[in-house]
Amino acid sequence: MTANKTLNSPGRRALIVGAAAIAATPAWMSLARAQTNPIKIGFPVPLTGAFSAEAQDQVRAAEIAVKEFNESGGFNGRMAELLVRDDKLNPGEAATRTLELIEKDKVDFVVGSLSAATQLSINAVCRDRKVLFNSISQSDAINEAKDWSMYTFHEALNPHLTAGAVARYAFPKFGKKVVYLTADYAYGHEMVRGFQRAGQSLGAQTLADIRHPLGAADYSAFLPRIQALKPDILVLCNFGRDLVNSAKQATDFGLKANTKIIAPVLLYTSRQAGGADAFDGILGGTSYYWGMEDKIPAAKAFNDKFRKAYGGSVPSDYGALGYAGVRSVLQAVRDAKSTESMKVSIALRQLRYNWYKGDQFYRKCDHQSVQSVVIVESKSKNMKDKYDVFNVLAIEAADEKNLRTCEEMGHKVSI
Amino acid sequence: MFDITPQLFALQLMTGIALGAIYALLAIGLSLIFGMLTVVNFAHGAFFMVGAFLGVYSMALTGSFWFSLLLVPLATGAIGLLCERFLVRPLYGRGIDYPLLLTFGLSYVLIDVMRFTFGIEGLPSSTPPELRGSVFLGFGYFPLYRLFLIAATAVIVLGLWLFIEKTRYGLIIRAGSRDAEIVKVLGIDIAKVWLLVFGIGTAIAGLSGLLAAPTRAVNPEMGIPLLAESFVVTVVGGMGSLPGAVVAGLLVGVVFAMTSLVAPEYGELSIFVLMAVVLLIRPQGFFGKAGLMS
Amino acid sequence: MKKFLVSALVFARGHRVATALLFLLIFPFLMPYDALSVNILIFGLYAVGFNLLFGYTGMLSFGHAAFLGVGSYLAGISVVSAGWPWWAAIGVGVASSCLAGLIIGFLAIRTRGIYFSMVTLALAQIVYYIFYKSERWTGGENGLRGVKVEAIELPGIRIDFLNPLNKYYVILVFVALALWFVSRVLNSPFGAVIEAIRENEKRAAACGYNVARAKLLVFVLSAGICGLAGALRALHLSVVPIDSLHYLQSGQAVMMCLLGGMGTFFGPFVGAAVFLLLEDVVTNLTRYWMGVVGLVFMFFVLFFPKGIWGTLLYQLDRWQNRQGKAL
Repeated sequence: MTANKTLNSPGRRALIVGAAAIAATPAWMSLARAQTNPIKIGFPVPLTGAFSAEAQDQVRAAEIAVKEFNESGGFNGRMAELLVRDDKLNPGEAATRTLELIEKDKVDFVVGSLSAATQLSINAVCRDRKVLFNSISQSDAINEAKDWSMYTFHEALNPHLTAGAVARYAFPKFGKKVVYLTADYAYGHEMVRGFQRAGQSLGAQTLADIRHPLGAADYSAFLPRIQALKPDILVLCNFGRDLVNSAKQATDFGLKANTKIIAPVLLYTSRQAGGADAFDGILGGTSYYWGMEDKIPAAKAFNDKFRKAYGGSVPSDYGALGYAGVRSVLQAVRDAKSTESMKVSIALRQLRYNWYKGDQFYRKCDHQSVQSVVIVESKSKNMKDKYDVFNVLAIEAADEKNLRTCEEMGHKVSI
Repeated sequence: MFDITPQLFALQLMTGIALGAIYALLAIGLSLIFGMLTVVNFAHGAFFMVGAFLGVYSMALTGSFWFSLLLVPLATGAIGLLCERFLVRPLYGRGIDYPLLLTFGLSYVLIDVMRFTFGIEGLPSSTPPELRGSVFLGFGYFPLYRLFLIAATAVIVLGLWLFIEKTRYGLIIRAGSRDAEIVKVLGIDIAKVWLLVFGIGTAIAGLSGLLAAPTRAVNPEMGIPLLAESFVVTVVGGMGSLPGAVVAGLLVGVVFAMTSLVAPEYGELSIFVLMAVVLLIRPQGFFGKAGLMS
Repeated sequence: MKKFLVSALVFARGHRVATALLFLLIFPFLMPYDALSVNILIFGLYAVGFNLLFGYTGMLSFGHAAFLGVGSYLAGISVVSAGWPWWAAIGVGVASSCLAGLIIGFLAIRTRGIYFSMVTLALAQIVYYIFYKSERWTGGENGLRGVKVEAIELPGIRIDFLNPLNKYYVILVFVALALWFVSRVLNSPFGAVIEAIRENEKRAAACGYNVARAKLLVFVLSAGICGLAGALRALHLSVVPIDSLHYLQSGQAVMMCLLGGMGTFFGPFVGAAVFLLLEDVVTNLTRYWMGVVGLVFMFFVLFFPKGIWGTLLYQLDRWQNRQGKAL
């Protein structure tokens, strides 16, 4: 599998050997090394654990961005370098790794994370040390005033935007009576809030919001009650493995007969893991699906780069975020003509870009990347190949109005 | 608060029983191993997980669920036998903590072996075609597969009971858990008995993994939360007691299901509160013998 | 030469705190990066606290993460929500984990053996859920962020806490105090009582010692030390992750103690260092670090149950005795 290739790739091995050699080198010798002085980007992601497939995709795509940058001359002759670290999906470990990256490896920037908790942890360490951090996974909290700083950027979607987009598409089509099956943690609550906010103006009625423990394996305890409520729409407000489990069991209990099942985030990798049956007919949002390439030229260009580098396979949603997160930072380095975090931050704030899916920019008050949301539906028939798992139903255009207001996030608005 | 109709209540009860069936099977294995060898098998959840993986794999390979039902417990039991013979046996006599610690390390190894063999994402598992669909039970539709689960558990428990109560081997096992010394004096190789019991315990764990696989995601981490929950069941029922394991398993399943009906986020918490309460009031559990394993 | 070595050894074993500190002073220069050294200090202290209960008193608790977590969270909340200075936060962390130790200990010591382990596991999981649900104070699954201590202001000097080496030595001060405290406790008559309890509880009771009270006291002391480790961790990472309270974290304490050597003074530190270093190195080499750690752990359980330090001490003892006979 390509996954193995990356972890043991010659580049990575060289990185480790190089790092070991450098660590063993006495100080006076590092003067010679300083001539090349690469631009270092720390990349902490969960290479082991529940989301390692997504994380490895993030690494693969990020490496494309680095390669592109270097092949087009770098910056002032300096090349970029990606320092990948495993944060084990554990916020304590993520903090330690970030400390290592900043204190020992002296990285210029940090890009990464694949969970709300780890990105908040990485962000806390980065902002205290004034190092720029571009987060590439979903969270509502990171843009709020409490966690935010001038060094904090958020490339990925947030639950509010994703849930809202799916609600705006699905509620008018499938009905007003809604039941939520929500994972009981911040992310789950944020998704429900996004749905309910959007649903208000559409007249949606919440029959029940059933909270389940995060990581629950057996959803059978919740399904009879949902059946009894007879909703038009069942929203599975959970993520990754929880979504796979609940989708599967909802299918087993025969809920699809009378209810449309939707999810705020449909991961490409979850769909592959869960299988066509479990996900059949389920609709959801995502930041990117390779199938968009018919409509969006930037997507085709990105997909082709990925196919060329990795033997025909296509990038996933989180992979694309890895690419964009790194590419934005490197572009800002060129724009700012500096690798100093504050100067790069100011450059990022002005950046208008279209790396893979359409026009994007970072909102000034909270550095949230304003971007489109893709609505997809899982399919089980007419699949052209193993990659063809979704139908693209709609693309909600990038619009600042769909985000929560700056005031609501606790920011004092100033341009 | 919404209306809990009698139908919903009954349906939720059935769900709890199906859930409890899995708990019961896991607890039986744990209790068997503990009662006989006084070993707390921290790798029990891992054996469950191995069973689930092997089950899905063999179903994909042979296309037959029924054949896998035979194959998987044999396979996991064999792995258990090897572990007992080479890893656990050297630790007898050193105190109760050492086998516990060893099995803790073993669980780490088993998880990574499965990751290595089958990948980190896990395997997609689906209900065997013969057992798909729902059955109308008078108060609502209930998945056929979960009915099968309950029935299968009942059969296994019955089979085990017959084995232990009515066969010579079962007699030796019962005697050995009462007094290992006397059994040795009577000329029976107690080491072989312990080996067999460990194998049976892990075989049941693997079998319950296979049975549970269609109802949940099969991934390398699936055994971790289940381990804590099966400890709850074993403790509540009484460590070393098989009827205790069955009763407590069903009880815990039902408690979880009922709590999920009224206060869904507290489902898992309710199990641990139950465990704490039982331990503080009656530490030996419902059916356990007092003073066992101090 | 031999005579010098023997007398040096005798001095070291007689002044174990000083020797330990000497080693810890130069420790950061032996490690690849400072954040790792600080982690080892913190988890070493955590293991020392746990060892007090497990190695010296013989009570295997599977819920010690509760005290690490309570110390971390309460220290963190003092800084984030109440805006208190770092030294007050540490105080709050230690006091609250002692209190938690009192409550959990009071309930748990009514049971023995395997049931004790199970009760501590269950009670610790309940603490986990309480903190998980109290999102407003703890951040829930997102963890508590913003435990920011930029500088340590002492009369006359200002120490930059963000500097990793400074951070190490500031934390070392607290660890040193705790180690000294533990050493005093172990050397006292109370220390002898708890070891007696480990060897044979009934006999200790027969000798007239109040076993229940002794157990509760050592439980509270153990909890307090783990709480101190937790408070220091909150200041080190500036976040408190929710899995500080999870039972896997409790399991780590057990592993570190066993690896290093239960019932020895410095063993838990060695265990923590080996465990964290191993994880660090192995993680860079393979993604199957969990399996490797499991294998190493099993290896130790089977062949070196005394742990690294314990085995070393045992061999040193034998060597010392032989020298003593020769001299």
